[in-house]
Amino acid sequence: MFRTLTLSLLMAGTALPAMANDGVLDVVAPFELTGADPVTSGHVFLKMDVTETLVDADAEGRLVPGLATEWKSSADGLDWIFTLRDNVSFHDGSAMDGAAAAKALDWLRANGGLLAKAPVAAISSEDQTVTITLTEPFAMLPAMLAEHRSAIIAPSSFAGGPVTEVIGTGPYRVTEFSPPNKMTVEAFGDYWGDAAAIDRAVYHGVGRSETRALMAESGDADITLSLDPASFTRLKGAEGLQVRSAPIPRVLMLKVNSEIFDQATRKALSLAIDRAGIAKAVLRYETGATQMFPPGMAGWHDTTLAPLAYDPEAAKAALAEAGWLPNAEGILEKDGKPMEIELLTYPDRPELPLVAAVLEQQFAALGAKPVINSTNFSEIPAKHNDGTLSTALFARNFALVPDPVGTLLQDYAPGGDWGAMGWSNGDFTKGVKAMAAGTAPEGTREDLVATLHEEMPVLPIAWYELNMAVSDEVSGVVIDPFERTLGLASVTWAE
Amino acid sequence: MLLSIGRSLGWRLAQAGLVAILVGVLSFAMMRALPGDMIFRIAAARFGYDNVTAENAELVRSQIGDPAGISAFLGWIAGLFRGDLGTSLVTGETVLAEIAHQFGATAELAGVAILLSLLIGPPLGLWAGLHPGGWFDRATVLLASVFKATPQFLLGLVLIVVVAIGMGLLPAAGHGEARHLILPGLTLALGLAANTTRITREAVVQARDSDWWRFARWKGLSERQVVLRHGLRHVAVPVLTLIAAQFVALMEGVVVVETIFGWPGIGHALVHAVFHRDVPMVQGTALIMGLAFVLINALADIAARVLDPREAAQ
Repeated sequence: MFRTLTLSLLMAGTALPAMANDGVLDVVAPFELTGADPVTSGHVFLKMDVTETLVDADAEGRLVPGLATEWKSSADGLDWIFTLRDNVSFHDGSAMDGAAAAKALDWLRANGGLLAKAPVAAISSEDQTVTITLTEPFAMLPAMLAEHRSAIIAPSSFAGGPVTEVIGTGPYRVTEFSPPNKMTVEAFGDYWGDAAAIDRAVYHGVGRSETRALMAESGDADITLSLDPASFTRLKGAEGLQVRSAPIPRVLMLKVNSEIFDQATRKALSLAIDRAGIAKAVLRYETGATQMFPPGMAGWHDTTLAPLAYDPEAAKAALAEAGWLPNAEGILEKDGKPMEIELLTYPDRPELPLVAAVLEQQFAALGAKPVINSTNFSEIPAKHNDGTLSTALFARNFALVPDPVGTLLQDYAPGGDWGAMGWSNGDFTKGVKAMAAGTAPEGTREDLVATLHEEMPVLPIAWYELNMAVSDEVSGVVIDPFERTLGLASVTWAE
Repeated sequence: MLLSIGRSLGWRLAQAGLVAILVGVLSFAMMRALPGDMIFRIAAARFGYDNVTAENAELVRSQIGDPAGISAFLGWIAGLFRGDLGTSLVTGETVLAEIAHQFGATAELAGVAILLSLLIGPPLGLWAGLHPGGWFDRATVLLASVFKATPQFLLGLVLIVVVAIGMGLLPAAGHGEARHLILPGLTLALGLAANTTRITREAVVQARDSDWWRFARWKGLSERQVVLRHGLRHVAVPVLTLIAAQFVALMEGVVVVETIFGWPGIGHALVHAVFHRDVPMVQGTALIMGLAFVLINALADIAARVLDPREAAQ
């Protein structure tokens, strides 16, 4: 009896109502915190408004002033001078000046930050300016500085080598950092801009999408990122919250080893993919991809291109023409070799293995011998580099840098771990490099898009939609197609 | 009795040493045997899927060398004697600091689960055992079977849906406050209580059948007095042994429950460390878990000897 009583007391005592408006803004997302530096967990710090970048991007991807108020390059395009905002201090009270920013950028460049991919010769500073000297002209530089891996952190946070503490300049400062699941932040009193409207916020890294959906439903989460298709549909009808989605420049695609599969074969395989069916049945989107870039990417989406078609009969005919003929067992063969397709993918994005299963069936119907290998995503760059990759299914974000040229440069000029393999087009490479340098003639972009559509170094399958659930308790949450911000500091409690 | 406890402790200590060496060697050998390029896995964990590239993998290689090399293993063994478990290849934190955070979270959860299971299981088992064959006894058998057969992820989700969403009493998931402990603790506790209920019930039935019980009743003690003075101590021995054994089952269940409730525990840490080929983390986590088993068993031994001095007297 006594024990039952204790139990009920224990339950009652701790059963405080789990209301969302408890004065703390709860953000729930699938990403776990791995480290205290911008390279490993920077996207979380940026979303939680803890760190800031020299250059910011607006909702259309245009570059706007961040910690730098203005920037200009020398006539030869080799020297970039960034003028820093005055009176900005880090969360430890030290001043964010040219020297501090240059030190941070140097650390990031040496430790896997995005800047490592720019042709940087040196970074120097003077009072409130940072000068980045390049070895060759590179117009992409400001866009690269807008990425989370280029966030400016206090030199005191990496005094001993690795970053040990998260010290940024944002409207929120970290009060408790307990990886992998939790980070608590508090409004930073000395912030240079408008102070955060809500005093405390907590980031929860929750890997399971079912759990995230349940947290949204129970009111534990105010902002819930990345819902699986089934939960998204279910939460549409739930009370006390709204689900929102927006197209983002992330593309689900099949990377194909062009040394094994020539252009005619790749195009035939593309004809065998029922993109509309995959979008509706697996992803629950309205449409599949009709070309590489989604409509939201102004200037990159070309409405004049013929949409990618689904026609299994035409696919078979095209394969026969390309030299793939059925052998005695009905398996397609060319030069005595059967058409074996390994579909390499990873389960971190739960829809990928499902899409792979559909592709397996559709390729098998052609007479190919497909097999799925769902493993760790690092196998994709690993197999790309040792040359053993057959095909790989993954989702690639073209706006890691707000300007897609950054991603094209890494992936298709001429190839890259997360892009083309064994494919090379001299004009294309030249065009991308010219765009990156800022010297491309008018019409280059259209030519690049047309080449990708015509030669298909990768087969686009679907365009992603970013989705989230937002509690009715809060207002002002921003849905950013570039996945940089949630507008957290200006979020308020709803009236 | 002291001598016997000392001897048993000595044996457990030797066991602990053996566990440390074996776990170190085995986990290292297993990590080596896993397929795939370790450096790429580590880079993948550090940089995430949008950013893991061959260049980043090379950067990692230049920073940490060969994590599967023999020198890495010898370094780990040498560190062990200094009480140093090395640093995580993914986060760069010391393994000890990471484990302290994550093992602490698991210990909290396991402690609450065991406590809740003790509040639920033995009282029900005691009542059922005192009235064998009655409706209550039959009901507990049914309930125990149901909870034992329900997978923990299902039980967890049902509890979230009913308690957190339906009644709005507790948070669905999360970590850091006492109220976050209840649902995951209860998920684990219901499965454990199913066992303790049955074991307690059997022990009570067996005791009621024994000569000493009949003698106690014959000398004039009421049923209540027999239970309180003799019965509880008798029943405590098998329950205690069971709890020690349950600790193993708990570690197994904890991985699933931790994932569902977004709990930063050691099960979660071990699974991720294996995925990410974080060799020192795997070795450290496995070592601490192994030593925890030895410690729990040693404590159970001592407690059983204190409760039941007959064995020591022989």
